[in-house]
Amino acid sequence: MANAIEASRLDVGYGGRQTAVKVLAGLDLTVAAGSFLSILGPSGCGKSTLLRVVADLLDPLGGTISVLGDTPHAVRSRRDVGFVFQDSTLLPWRTVRDNVRLPLGVGQGSLTRKIEDRSDELLELMGLAGFGERLPHQLSGGQRQRVAIARALLGQPKLLLMDEPFGALDEITRDRLNDELLALWRRTGTTILFVTHSIAEATYLGERVIVLAANPGRLIKDQDMRPFKQDGNRCSREDPAVIAAMAGLRGALEQAS
Amino acid sequence: MRQAPLPPALGIALPVLGAASILLTWQFLLPWLGVPAYIVPTPTAIFGVFRKSLALFLGNLWPTLIEALAGFVIGNLAGVLLAVVFVHSRVLQAAYFPIVLFFNTIPILALSPIIILIFGLGMTPKIVIAAVICFFPTLVNMIRGLDSASDNEHELFRVLSATRREVFWSLRLPRALPMLFSSLRIASATAVIGAIVGEWIGSDKGLGALIIQASFNYQSDRLYAAIVLSSSLSIALFAIVVLVERRVIKY
Repeated sequence: MANAIEASRLDVGYGGRQTAVKVLAGLDLTVAAGSFLSILGPSGCGKSTLLRVVADLLDPLGGTISVLGDTPHAVRSRRDVGFVFQDSTLLPWRTVRDNVRLPLGVGQGSLTRKIEDRSDELLELMGLAGFGERLPHQLSGGQRQRVAIARALLGQPKLLLMDEPFGALDEITRDRLNDELLALWRRTGTTILFVTHSIAEATYLGERVIVLAANPGRLIKDQDMRPFKQDGNRCSREDPAVIAAMAGLRGALEQAS
Repeated sequence: MRQAPLPPALGIALPVLGAASILLTWQFLLPWLGVPAYIVPTPTAIFGVFRKSLALFLGNLWPTLIEALAGFVIGNLAGVLLAVVFVHSRVLQAAYFPIVLFFNTIPILALSPIIILIFGLGMTPKIVIAAVICFFPTLVNMIRGLDSASDNEHELFRVLSATRREVFWSLRLPRALPMLFSSLRIASATAVIGAIVGEWIGSDKGLGALIIQASFNYQSDRLYAAIVLSSSLSIALFAIVVLVERRVIKY
């Protein structure tokens, strides 16, 4: 199958072209369609920046990037990309259901395909049936993040970008959401790029884990996790091979920071 | 350490008791201390003159009410509209916001004679003064409110390819409402002040004119009654704003 993302010699920075502070420098990255990629790295390594370039929120300074075989802009216009932020970014004045429905209300002008209102189905899928009429402040942090995921899935995106989505949650909730996310990924076949600070989370979720180093951001480790994965992409944290892989990633991270 | 909150019954009873204690002290202690009635009339005397001259008070309440309300609506509407323009055009904001800022530093009492010079002696200058006084806090709060959506919220709308219009109606405006209402609450009191100040300077109608006449004629019971009525007007406007706010902002 084609690649979901092909980036070559990608330079990204903030500020003008001449004076820019480079956040990513000469990044080469290929992500297979339908795969689950975890991205690890110290603060300031450009993990979030990479997601923002893919989502067409930020223009690269140099290099090329193609997303789903097209430009990031075309992919965003087609609504083929969903984004989940670290804070759930729910609109506090809208009910849970109306938050999930936000993609129906805005940005329809440029859209050629019709998006169906699957809010009930998605709320049920995320274990939020019966919460539709609540307001966001009446939910727990984990529930709010589930709503954010449901909203990102409403347009049936081919690519889901997640920027430390579970970073602010307690460990029990985080583990539960990790399992739910894996189930979701298997069901939908969506390509997922998942940024996290946690090695355990990155290895548990990802078919592949990459480590970026900071100043400037570049790829320093690329770990294939598929050999260790059994039923449904899960891997055992007691498996010596997994422990060795995690140690390798930790070493790379220490070297990166 | 923070104190524990009062039980709900006391939360209602205590303010009532507090007000009653002040009124009782005013009613009995001040005359007993020999404070003359032409300086501080007793609450019963104020209530008495209010009953006796009800038609006079209501006749003067109407103009002030209309001026304050019209000024409130016009001033806040102008503030909101200019804020919308400024938020969408950084160039206009950079060019004209400092001038608005300078304008706001002119004391309203200094500005009022000019406004009356321009608009004459009818209701219009009072409405303009009330509007000017409401305008500035609403403009500043509304600019801040319209800009208060987070970066992530703006990115969310961009991922969805939302138009500027959609970002305005679905994100900026709802985000700005809490700040708009906090300036509307302030404006509910200042609009009445503006109308009364305008009436002081040039009018024979309205609560402001009544206050001036009563103080020139040493009719202190009438003066105090007019003050109570002006304050009731502000409170009524404030209450309306709070009621609307509760219906609009549910989170």
